[in-house]
Amino acid sequence: MKQAIELNVNGEPHAALVDTRETLLDTLRYKLGHMGPKEGCGNGNCGACTVVLNGAVVNACLVFAVEAAGADVTTVEGVAAEGTLHPVQQAFIEHGALQCGFCTPGFIMSAKALLERNPNPSEPEIRLAISGNLCRCTGYDKIVRAIQAASQALSQTA
Amino acid sequence: MAEYSVIGTSLAKVDAPERVTGKATYGADLDLPGMLWAKLVRSPHAHARIKHIDTSRAKALPGVKAVITAHDLPSLPKGATAPLVGEVSIDMSAIREIVMASDKVRYHGQVVAAVAATDPFIAEEAAGLVDVDYEPLPVVEDVLQAMQPDAPLVHEDLHTLEEATQERSDQPSNVSTHMVYTRGDVEAGFTVADAVVEKTYTTQMVHQGYLEPQACAARVEPNGRVTLWTSAQGHFTVRTQLVTLLGLPASQLKVVPMEIGGGFGGKALALFEPTAIVLAQKTSRPVKLVVSREEVLRATGPGAPAVITVKAGATKDGKITALTTTMRYDAGAFPGSPVARGLLVGLAPYKLDNMVAEGFDVLTNKPRVQAYRAPGGTPAAFAVEALMDALADEIGVDPLTFRQKNAAEEGDTLPLGMPLNRIGLTEMLKQIETHPCWTTPLEGPHRGRGLALGYWIGGSFTSSAEVKINPDATASIFVGTVDLTGTRTTISQMVADELQLDPQDITITVGDTDSAPFADLSGGSRITYTMSAAAHQASQDVLTQLKERAAEKLKVSVDEVEYQAKRFRAKNDTRNEVSLSELARESVAWGSGPIIGKGSTTRMQPAHAYAAHVADVEIDPETGKVTILRYTCFQDVGKAINPTQVEGQIQGGAVQGIGWALNEEYIFDNGELKNASLLDYRCPVALDLPMIETVLTEVPASEGPYGLRGVGEVPIVPPGAALANAIYRATGTRLYELPMNPERIFWATRGNGTNGSPGTNGSGGA
Ligand code: FES
Ligand code: FES
Repeated sequence: MKQAIELNVNGEPHAALVDTRETLLDTLRYKLGHMGPKEGCGNGNCGACTVVLNGAVVNACLVFAVEAAGADVTTVEGVAAEGTLHPVQQAFIEHGALQCGFCTPGFIMSAKALLERNPNPSEPEIRLAISGNLCRCTGYDKIVRAIQAASQALSQTA
Repeated sequence: MAEYSVIGTSLAKVDAPERVTGKATYGADLDLPGMLWAKLVRSPHAHARIKHIDTSRAKALPGVKAVITAHDLPSLPKGATAPLVGEVSIDMSAIREIVMASDKVRYHGQVVAAVAATDPFIAEEAAGLVDVDYEPLPVVEDVLQAMQPDAPLVHEDLHTLEEATQERSDQPSNVSTHMVYTRGDVEAGFTVADAVVEKTYTTQMVHQGYLEPQACAARVEPNGRVTLWTSAQGHFTVRTQLVTLLGLPASQLKVVPMEIGGGFGGKALALFEPTAIVLAQKTSRPVKLVVSREEVLRATGPGAPAVITVKAGATKDGKITALTTTMRYDAGAFPGSPVARGLLVGLAPYKLDNMVAEGFDVLTNKPRVQAYRAPGGTPAAFAVEALMDALADEIGVDPLTFRQKNAAEEGDTLPLGMPLNRIGLTEMLKQIETHPCWTTPLEGPHRGRGLALGYWIGGSFTSSAEVKINPDATASIFVGTVDLTGTRTTISQMVADELQLDPQDITITVGDTDSAPFADLSGGSRITYTMSAAAHQASQDVLTQLKERAAEKLKVSVDEVEYQAKRFRAKNDTRNEVSLSELARESVAWGSGPIIGKGSTTRMQPAHAYAAHVADVEIDPETGKVTILRYTCFQDVGKAINPTQVEGQIQGGAVQGIGWALNEEYIFDNGELKNASLLDYRCPVALDLPMIETVLTEVPASEGPYGLRGVGEVPIVPPGAALANAIYRATGTRLYELPMNPERIFWATRGNGTNGSPGTNGSGGA
């Protein structure tokens, strides 16, 4: 069964005709052209599909598209304001916090959300906040360091 | 050696901006107009004869455009092979069976049919409507059971190949290959030993765990050529396999590499691409095939498990006098486990005058294994390095000193026969001696420190590069090697230094099979190593061409021209000069012509990589849970082109090894995988780990312009034994089986459970 929905993605209004079985992740990727969020598992275990839905960090693969009707969604594509990289993105680049990069969109979303609610997280707090995001390439060391660096950069600009 | 300004610095990944903004395009990100979605139909039996497949109900579903079975794939002569890399070729008739089973399924989840439909929901529904009539057969799941003469046969017509004689056994068997390497006199060696220890070690099947499930798409072009987009480790390698599998000439196939979300060896074979192409041919529409995570875990080809017996003797002063090992590697349903690599990796750190190394490649009703980072190495090093620890303990020599007394050196012969060129094992072990991770006392109850070594031979094979000069005095590099983890960046660094350009003035493109120069697949720690030679050569070619043009302008001979700071000067009159900018600008002018340099390499000496890991752990005696307090990786990298990237490779590999050691395992029930999700197959998350410290040794490799060694494989090798040895020091109990999860430790420390169950663990010391 199909249903028409409207939603805002990265501040832009969108409309889509979606299958009622379709996930928000599929709608974002295949109907609205936002390929940033990735599908690593499709059942909430890897975090590659992490987006912000009405202010909450969610796995887009666990949300039905029809549930997101009327919602505000931020994806990794919406993080760099007018082409300027967010300090979290900048820190990931500078600290070598990515290799294949498939997990990166999810980590950027989780890390940014963490620093918004806790600008000076400890190492265990960082590790906890990203424990829903799997990375198989880096061993997390450089990701943790990048988030620490982003936290510092943000506190200097604040 | 020359001074470098870009090599040796941690230049940020040149392709990082598109990755942190979500713009990099991976296999599944491809959306083609009119595209159909494919879905695979998989066997619910681990071993069964296929009696009949009825596709009529699936075909009748509206929206379904094609349903195919193995009959729709071109037939292949048995034993048809295709070159994979170097001298390694693969049995394509086995690959065809993995792509789609013809008469028999040999593992749970083996593909038997595929559908293409207008949307993924219809495709999924149609897959459920393919009716397959199976006759179930007895399943053999365990490697030791499979070696028994009365075991069910995975292949009724397979006879054991005796590697030394190249003869086949009379009786069919699940042992596909048997190999033995001997040196010296082990009996005499054991006789002079003051202590002999013998143990058997078991590891389970594990998965590479790349985060991106396999994805590809195929389209038949109006002229009949096929375009294939895939996230594989080598698009030329995929093309080579497709030529054999589909009977298409290479010129009729254009394979476009997509960004790849991790491979670790698991994305080398063309297991999905043939299906996408045949469906595209049948429907005359583009077809995309993306597998689910469950399919990834169930049936894409995990890393091989093994049962390994090691016996070694040593004198009181710490010298190894003899070693024997029997390594039985489980290949899954088709031959080809990395057992020979296991023998090599396990024994390569040691001088062994008296040795017998025996290997079995064994078939079971499990998915056919694929390479996984240092294939074969992790189980072997778990066994050998844990045994060495026990032997050192038995004779009362400290584990580091024991390694130092027996460490292989340049000129020694590797277990399978090759002499070692320059290696940095001794230098690396020396660094451990004084490092705080080794010298700082580890205090507190239930804590222990473990050490283990690792080795990887390092790959070679073909790599090529083209470098051209643009009219604005920048350079573009063109390669055919897939960038798994950062090779675009390291290659750019090399070319930047060779041409004395800023890295910002370099772009690098990974081209498709129509346009890029040929390259073998990315894997085995070979790209940065071989590309160093290819990129160096291409850069020198560019400089030679530029110097020739400069010579003409400066009216001197070519060897009188020198290049520095973007200017070409006459050596004896440095005011007589022409700038790179001028030559570059002129290269697109009429009558001058472009500057294009080429480089390629096809056979370099191995650049052997050695590593040592030191782990501090604490065990919760109530639960058996291991907490890693500190983890340090030592590695001889030859020369770190990009230290941050080298560290990242080491950290990532070590953590995969830690996952293998402590958590990860396939759990089967009559051949069916019971934990086919990332919740139940638990890879390490950030919370499970400390920071991973790295210490780089730089003993230059024997070959290559910069002395670098490939770094990616070896860090996954030592963790199993480093942690087992640490757990022993924390608990007084040795573990003989991976993973060392809380349950296993809980029971082992209570003298219970399956710890070290197979074979001979009653004997010997420790
Ligand atoms: S794809 Fe959503 S959590 Fe893995
Ligand atoms: S960078 Fe590859 S999974 Fe994280």
